[in-house]
Amino acid sequence: MSKEASTRTAREFHNTKRLGAWTAAWLVTLALVAFGPVYLWDKEPLITSAFIVINLGIGGGMIIANIRFVADLDELQKQIHLEAMGISLGVGLVVGLSYSMLDITNLVSWNAEISHLVFVQGITYLVAMGNAHRRYK
Amino acid sequence: MKNRLKVLRAERDWTQAQLAEALDVSRQTINAIEKGKFDPSLPLAFKAARLFGLSIEDIFEDEEA
Repeated sequence: MSKEASTRTAREFHNTKRLGAWTAAWLVTLALVAFGPVYLWDKEPLITSAFIVINLGIGGGMIIANIRFVADLDELQKQIHLEAMGISLGVGLVVGLSYSMLDITNLVSWNAEISHLVFVQGITYLVAMGNAHRRYK
Repeated sequence: MKNRLKVLRAERDWTQAQLAEALDVSRQTINAIEKGKFDPSLPLAFKAARLFGLSIEDIFEDEEA
């Protein structure tokens, strides 16, 4: 029994570590794309383009790492993640479009940025995960 | 769905963690199944039946039947 246990624990640890590494790399390259042109390479378009391509590539790696992470979860964990993903996708779509409409119709003075949507989706995902974990506790 | 997982586990003096390890699932999943909050898939139910040397019907009971 203990051999199977260590295998699952080791797999979970490995998958989480791999996803964390890809996410960190993606965030670093995203920060480089956002701030690099101003602070590091004086808006040189070729360097900016190269970092956007690198960021996209690493983003692809992060997506694959996430797919592998979810695929190796057990069935209850998968259900919890699926519920959380469904809720965050729905909230992101509905709230995102309504928020965009506020901007388009000039009902708000600021611009509706994509980062606001990412923030809403992230918070929604965390809350939904917390609720699901409590439900199955 | 009712089940006898907790009783069978106690008879063998196994912890939830040990059963989880044997079935290759998380301890949270075993706890949720024992409390009737989560119904396992058919493959997991078969796996549990094999582990305890019983049939699925000996472990799980359909409350609607």
